[in-house]
Amino acid sequence: MADRPDGERKAGSNKPALALHVPEPKYRPGDTVDFSDLDIGEPGKQPRPDEACDPSEMGELAYGLVRVLGDDDKAHGPWDPKLDPETLRTMLHNMALVRAFDERMFRGQRQGKTSFYMKCTGEEATSVAAAMALASDDMVFPSYRQQGILIARGYPLIEMINQIYSNKGDKLKGRQLPIMYSSREHSFFSISGNLATQTPQAVGWAMASAIKGDSRIAATWVGEGSTAEGDFHSACTFATVYNAPVILNVINNQWAISSFSGFAGAERTTFAARALGYGLAGLRVDGNDALACFAAQQWAANRARANAGPTLIEYFTYRAEGHSTSDDPTGYRSAQERTEWPLGDPVMRLKRHLIAIGEWDEERQEKMDLEAAERVKAATKEAEKNGILGHGLHHPFRTMFEDVFEELPWHLREQSKQAIREREIKFPEGRPNA
Amino acid sequence: MSTQTKKKAEAGADGERRLNMIEAINDALDIMLERDPDVIVMGEDVGYFGGVFRCTAGLQEKHGKTRVFDTPISECGIIGVAVGMGAYGLRPVPEIQFADYIYPGLDQLISEAARLRYRSATEYIAPLTVRSPFGGGIFGGQTHSQSPEAIFTHVSGLKTVIPSTPYDAKGLLISCIEDNDPVIFFEPKRIYNGPFSGFYDKPVEPWKRHPQSEVPEGYYNIPLGQARTVTEGEQLTVLAYGTMVHVAEAVCRQKGVEAHILDLRTLVPLDIEAIEASVEKTGRCLIVHEATRTSGFGAELSALVTERCFYHLEAPVERVTGFDTPYPHSLEWAYFPGPVRIGEAIDKILSE
Ligand SMILES: Cc1ncc(C[n+]2csc(CCOP(=O)(O)OP(=O)(O)O)c2C)c(N)n1
Repeated sequence: MADRPDGERKAGSNKPALALHVPEPKYRPGDTVDFSDLDIGEPGKQPRPDEACDPSEMGELAYGLVRVLGDDDKAHGPWDPKLDPETLRTMLHNMALVRAFDERMFRGQRQGKTSFYMKCTGEEATSVAAAMALASDDMVFPSYRQQGILIARGYPLIEMINQIYSNKGDKLKGRQLPIMYSSREHSFFSISGNLATQTPQAVGWAMASAIKGDSRIAATWVGEGSTAEGDFHSACTFATVYNAPVILNVINNQWAISSFSGFAGAERTTFAARALGYGLAGLRVDGNDALACFAAQQWAANRARANAGPTLIEYFTYRAEGHSTSDDPTGYRSAQERTEWPLGDPVMRLKRHLIAIGEWDEERQEKMDLEAAERVKAATKEAEKNGILGHGLHHPFRTMFEDVFEELPWHLREQSKQAIREREIKFPEGRPNA
Repeated sequence: MSTQTKKKAEAGADGERRLNMIEAINDALDIMLERDPDVIVMGEDVGYFGGVFRCTAGLQEKHGKTRVFDTPISECGIIGVAVGMGAYGLRPVPEIQFADYIYPGLDQLISEAARLRYRSATEYIAPLTVRSPFGGGIFGGQTHSQSPEAIFTHVSGLKTVIPSTPYDAKGLLISCIEDNDPVIFFEPKRIYNGPFSGFYDKPVEPWKRHPQSEVPEGYYNIPLGQARTVTEGEQLTVLAYGTMVHVAEAVCRQKGVEAHILDLRTLVPLDIEAIEASVEKTGRCLIVHEATRTSGFGAELSALVTERCFYHLEAPVERVTGFDTPYPHSLEWAYFPGPVRIGEAIDKILSE
């Protein structure tokens, strides 16, 4: 029963007056950042339950933080995936390559070679390590910040750059915004610009795999901001209802453009804890700890493959750079956040771990970084032969009308002819690659 | 693709107050927040940051966090809560970051906002104004370039408004906010910073040289449902809105064609009288929009002109539109209904 007189509405007759809460991040530009109150737990302390456990037993894992790499750079506790040094070096190499790639492509956009780019700096482990824990033909439904998956799966850099430059070598025919890749050969779904749409699709793919008695599972990646979309909640519901062999990876990098994670509900609970309400397994892991990322994904993959159910994994990480080349984060957050982030940098942490176990050294690291930069540079040069955005070397005009449908209907045939006629009027001398 | 703009309000050579379209929209919101305590501005990144296109810059600081605020990334939620706020008696002005992202909110718009007045026999209304940048020409690819206005004009109960100048953007937006029905207010993002002629290889003109960037301070409104005559002319009527008003104007100027160009400004309710009067005078009608052709708003306009002005027509009505494909990234300018496509259509109409 309400404790206010019926019909009495004016402010104050309810005590206290109703008040709207609008979330506010702790730090804004210029603020001194202190993350010491952030509860990040201790490496090695989280239990590792059986993969077939009941989600109701996972409270600690959904609210805590699975960490493996300690301040001593050693691996700790039951979540240590105990990877051999060669695999660790491959992981480090992939992550370094992603970083080198991001650097160069970002610069390319600034030099006018393309319209747009998005880095994943600081989040490399969440895609590289996770992808390495899956089978290479498990189907992935990424968002736009998982270039690490393609690199881990060996997708040629030149193909990525052709796509970014929207040039005549672009396998997607210059149709998509840069970084919206697709590679069926690498079991990598076509990326959509519309947030969270991939999440129920991943569940559907996993349901199909289950219907057919296949052995492949599906995994999807989505930003914490995007979990507010209805699609994500549909994905969770379908996943639990059909016990779909799927992994829902939520990348909590704290920011969604200028909105902090509080606008997706993080002031009240964790993203991993959402899982429990749906009856999904829920894990919250240090997203800057490549070993923890690998271990969590492997746990979830084992669970899915055992028909034991879907898992939602929250990767607690930090978006170290701007949202994209169109964004300037100095307008809304403190620059100190990046340097003060208590969970460090994923590439440096893995490097230090390899050194700590005697399997790596600074000299080799330097050589590897140099080689990564050279490799990206060479691929860029090669891709530039196919053109850069806006310089004529694109796919022929008629391709604009192909693939709208399987077959070209009359109206698109007419429009195609018109586009070609317009080109002849605009460029009577003809253009390269006409 | 660039969303950032750095310009601030500048005075023109004549000392008049010149605003670009972003500043004019900001001005309208500011005035309405000031005048009406029930106005609420919300959307993704609109609060502290002031919107990815800066249309709400400074408004949170000035009007407070419960009047201007960020929202979760859920277009369904944004429009749904706006309907609820409207039911309470507020006048929400939600922003959808790009028109391409309005689709998750369609059920709330089409089944709820648009029909609330009707199904409750006016017990409840949905006085919301959904602002959203639309249209291409910024290399935004298929998910930052669409012109989905016809989806909304097809829905009974929704009004659809599209400004083409800073002066109109302010006056129309104020009218939309004051309107008691749900309104979709599409902002042509290609012309946020300057009127675009369609000649994409020429440097962009800033708004301050355009007479319609003269935006008076304070409150004024432009009633919905009234078209604007852009140029007078006897040779043909051009019906356009948003970015295409400027492209059509530039092409006519370049060709030396004297066209009566009507900027429709409001698609629903449409200024049918202005259209009829013009076509009856010129006997020829060209319709230009950037959106895809099939079932586009041009089809409605063509049908209306043919039905109502048939005996005055000296040539078939022509439509110039975007092609019926998703908006391509690299072939953006081949897709865009630019000067060549418009020029050909004008030649064809005039040769009949
Ligand atoms: C349906 C939809 N709404 C809005 C947008 C615009 N938008 C693009 S990215 C983004 C922020 C997403 O943040 P988050 O999910 O946290 O991912 P992050 O960028 O941090 O990786 C927004 C609002 C969009 N692409 N799609």
